[in-house]
Amino acid sequence: MAEEQGRKWDRCLADSAVKLATGLGVGIVFSVLFFKRRTWPVVFGLGVGLGMGYSNCQQDFRSPYLLHGHMVKVSKSHTS
Amino acid sequence: MLRVCLKGANSAARKCLCGNGVPLHPLQQCRSYTSGGSGSSAGKIVAASVLTVGGGVGGTILYANWDPKFRANVEKSIPYSDQVFGLALGPAAPPPVINKPRKVEPVQISSMSEMWKDSKQPKAKEVEKKAEQPDAEGPPAPAPQETLEEASAQVAQILSAIGEVPSVPAPGTHEAEAVPPPAALKGVPAAAAKCTECEHEPAVKERPEGEVAARLAEQDKAEQDLLTSLSSNLEDALGSTAKVTLQAIGAQEAALQAIAQHTRQLREAMEAEAPPDKKSTQWRVLEDALSERSRSVDEAGAAVLKAKAELDKLRGVIDGAKHLKIAAARPSILAAEENLHSMVVDLDSVVTRVQTAQSEAKIVSQYSELVNEAKAQFQKELNSITPEIQANWKGLTGKLTQDDLNSLIAHAHRRIDQMNRELAEQRVREQIHIDSALEQQKLEDKKALEVAVSTALEHNREQMRLEQEKKVEETREVMEAEMRTQLRRQAAAHTDHLRDVLKVQEQELRSEAEEANPEQLKETEYRRLTQDQLDSFTLDMNAAYARLKGMEEAIDSHVIAEEEARKAHQLWLSVEALNYTLKTAALNDPTEPLEGAVQAIKESCAEDEFAQALATALPSESLSRGVYSEASLRARFYAIRQLARRVALIDETRNSLYQYFLSYLQAMLLFEKAQEAPPAKLSAEDLDTFKLLSYAAYSLEHGDLELAAKLVNQLKGESRRVAQDWLKEARLTLETKQVVSLLSAYANAVGLGTTMAP
Repeated sequence: MAEEQGRKWDRCLADSAVKLATGLGVGIVFSVLFFKRRTWPVVFGLGVGLGMGYSNCQQDFRSPYLLHGHMVKVSKSHTS
Repeated sequence: MLRVCLKGANSAARKCLCGNGVPLHPLQQCRSYTSGGSGSSAGKIVAASVLTVGGGVGGTILYANWDPKFRANVEKSIPYSDQVFGLALGPAAPPPVINKPRKVEPVQISSMSEMWKDSKQPKAKEVEKKAEQPDAEGPPAPAPQETLEEASAQVAQILSAIGEVPSVPAPGTHEAEAVPPPAALKGVPAAAAKCTECEHEPAVKERPEGEVAARLAEQDKAEQDLLTSLSSNLEDALGSTAKVTLQAIGAQEAALQAIAQHTRQLREAMEAEAPPDKKSTQWRVLEDALSERSRSVDEAGAAVLKAKAELDKLRGVIDGAKHLKIAAARPSILAAEENLHSMVVDLDSVVTRVQTAQSEAKIVSQYSELVNEAKAQFQKELNSITPEIQANWKGLTGKLTQDDLNSLIAHAHRRIDQMNRELAEQRVREQIHIDSALEQQKLEDKKALEVAVSTALEHNREQMRLEQEKKVEETREVMEAEMRTQLRRQAAAHTDHLRDVLKVQEQELRSEAEEANPEQLKETEYRRLTQDQLDSFTLDMNAAYARLKGMEEAIDSHVIAEEEARKAHQLWLSVEALNYTLKTAALNDPTEPLEGAVQAIKESCAEDEFAQALATALPSESLSRGVYSEASLRARFYAIRQLARRVALIDETRNSLYQYFLSYLQAMLLFEKAQEAPPAKLSAEDLDTFKLLSYAAYSLEHGDLELAAKLVNQLKGESRRVAQDWLKEARLTLETKQVVSLLSAYANAVGLGTTMAP
């Protein structure tokens, strides 16, 4: 349990790095191909990558506390 | 935007400064121009911001008005927003209450009650039909009554539970009450009839006595009820008929009186020769009398009809009573019949009297009519002869001439001759008439005689029948009494006979017993002596045996005690081995698995339940893997502490990455004591993560693993999750240590115990 935190952080950082790099790459591609070498697609891609990494990280850290509930419809016969 | 404003302001300032010598007009212009310019853009900015803010607030309020959950959220998160909402929208509506469909139920129940009522009526009719059929069982009548009552009780329960109290059960029970009595009435006589038939058949099995008695009691009660109802009916009918008959008789008497008076007055009027004015009054009186008589006669006739109707009704009631065939009612029936008979007789006599009076009156009226006719005739003749003479011929004496007188006398003579001739004729005819009248009278008399005879015969017949029935009743009673005495006599004879037989049997048995006695006495004496000898011998044997047993037991107990001591020693040894294995823990590795030592314990104390239970109470992990020592746990604790400090802010609600960042920041910035003595009681503020950790560190340093584990158990959220492993290990160690200490204590105790004498 104690090592789990460390493991989570490792995963998180690795994942974020990968996503960041991917975002950068996709941004560069889009910028070069479709948007006339503007800066903003690159920045956008970086942002997207960072965001995804952040979200994944958060989900990983949150996973023990996530509750999955589902609605139960009460049937008509149990109105009382 | 700010730069634009600044630029504008700068340019305005420069222009104002350099424009000192310029006339006022351009200054004002430029000032107004620049201020207007900057003012307009500022105004725009201000207006735009106001609009945005207002739009936002308005939109929020509108949406909150539409969605109460959103409103609650906003009120929670933004302070003082609830007041704003209260001002704008009014107080928040409370959550809607679920209205149970209570209204539906009473309607349904009332319709159900209708169904019950309807279903009860056909049930009642069915019960009636069933009871009318000749069943041998009386129970169908009480059983439907019971079901009806049950049903009505159930309906009453349901209705009272809902809260409505309609009057449905009342007619139901009333019906139920009304139905069983006639059903019982009709059922019981049929059952009684069937019962007598059953007795004659030998193939029918005998009914149990209790049932018969109950049935008889039922019948008696039913008869009693019938009797009372009958007698009351009869009395009522009798009373009413007596009243009506008396009324009729009274009316008849009155009619008689009126007729007699009328006749008398008529005769007087005929015979008396009163002066004309008195005659007219007399006629008037007569007319009154006539009207009186006719009225009373009518009244009498009506009264007689009514009395006759009542008498018929009474007769019908008596016949109905007779049909029921109940013996006890006979005297009352007879009395009623006698009354009826006497009333009929009285009525008939009065009616005949009235009829005779009426016939007399007819004669007198006819007589008066004839007299009137003759008078009228005479007057007519007189008028034809002497037309000029008026009726009043008292004042005529002076006016009559000789001729008139002569003619009058001649007429009178002629008239006399004629009268004489007529008289003679009349005499002859009279004879014939009288003869014929006598004949007719004879015939009528005969008829009347026959009628009178027949009625008298009827009356006599009735009388005789009544007397006969009375005599039958009496003889029947006498017979019944006699039968009862005879039966009693027979029962007494039977008991006497039984008593004699029993006495004789007793005598015989006693003589038999006494014969066989003397030989047996000797035998019993001999047997008793031998038994005594045997008993003493067995006593000696038992004593010897007991001593032997005692000696054996002593030896055995010695053996057992030695055995016990050996076992205890073995147990102690194995527990010591276990203790030793606990000490083999290296710093960071667990001990060896305790399985071997525990197995040895189990073998060494195979019969000892307590030790077995304890041995099995060891956690399986300690057996298979071994436990960590206190030292290693202590060392591990510090790492855990660091980690727990770092995630102190994280729990179920706060677990985003931002929170993690904050938690790390807190851990870096917050300094607590490394070790702090835990208080005797933990208060709410002591449950802070950092404090708990310092308490736990202190207890660990002082060797109290248990307290440290308890404190660590108070951690919450992510810190707890992080410390879970350590906690588990600590628990295992504590458990194992506890069990082992118990075992060693037990082994010591057992060892002590065996050294003492048993």
